[in-house]
Amino acid sequence: MLEAEIYITLKKTISDPQGLTIKHALASLNYKEVEEVRVGKLITIRLNLKNKKEAQGKLDQMCKKLLANPIIEDYSFQIKGCK
Amino acid sequence: MRFGIVVFPGSNCDQDCFYIIKDVLNQPVKHIWHKDKRLNNFDCIVLPGGFSYGDYLRTGAIAMFSPIMERISEFARKGKAVIGICNGFQILLETGLLPGAMLRNKSLHFICKYVYIKTENNETPFTNLCKKNQILKIPIAHNEGNYYINEEGLRELKRSSQIVFRYCSREGKTTSEFNPNGAIDNIAGIINKKGNVLGMMPHPERSSESVLGSNDGLLVFKSIIKWLESR
Repeated sequence: MLEAEIYITLKKTISDPQGLTIKHALASLNYKEVEEVRVGKLITIRLNLKNKKEAQGKLDQMCKKLLANPIIEDYSFQIKGCK
Repeated sequence: MRFGIVVFPGSNCDQDCFYIIKDVLNQPVKHIWHKDKRLNNFDCIVLPGGFSYGDYLRTGAIAMFSPIMERISEFARKGKAVIGICNGFQILLETGLLPGAMLRNKSLHFICKYVYIKTENNETPFTNLCKKNQILKIPIAHNEGNYYINEEGLRELKRSSQIVFRYCSREGKTTSEFNPNGAIDNIAGIINKKGNVLGMMPHPERSSESVLGSNDGLLVFKSIIKWLESR
């Protein structure tokens, strides 16, 4: 069994009002050093597979077909073994 | 059957569309369940507003895999009329029948209010009864109506007169001040290149009787009927 963590983020060129609002809230808590905040999604998927390379191919397809919208989002993932 | 209204789990404007088409305009109309695998003799398909599949993942993203959507893509490719309103517009974007994508409103608020939109293109099956630049008062009700397309895509939309509606003031000013959600270039509705698939965020079915504060939305439905009759 493998477990994947998929990160979906808005593309850098797209403004993220949620991130901006959080940045302002952090500034009001006096965290003046906060330069930028971007909000994304984390999706975890457990896969009934042993081979990481195969999992990589499948996850890539899943992201392209459904999990991310390539017009506005980027994605990346990490795969690790699990019980 | 002239009009078909697709019902997804979570659609909530399907009844309003049905009522306007059947009771106000006296046209034959039928609901289409999202699991249906066939489209029987429809002339125009309406993808109504609402929260299909609870807006999970992204608005409209899950609906695009409903069995009926494949038939609707074929229907659209044949040049038949498809109108997506609000969530219906979001579904058309996710399906790729229209270009671009929807982002969360700039203000992060769900916005439900009357807005003014300018008819930039009145030579479509959906706006042929509007005058060029006619200002319509039609309400919006959405959380993700911040339309986005890259620069090249926007140029292409402009080149092909695909921008049908833009948010504006009562007098027709299309400045950012009158942009409710941050949509690029104040875009409220676009059409595909072929000119038979329209997506719009404002709800014409909620403004088709004067008792509701406006009946400008009727122009959209009546334009479709006129277009269908002329074919």
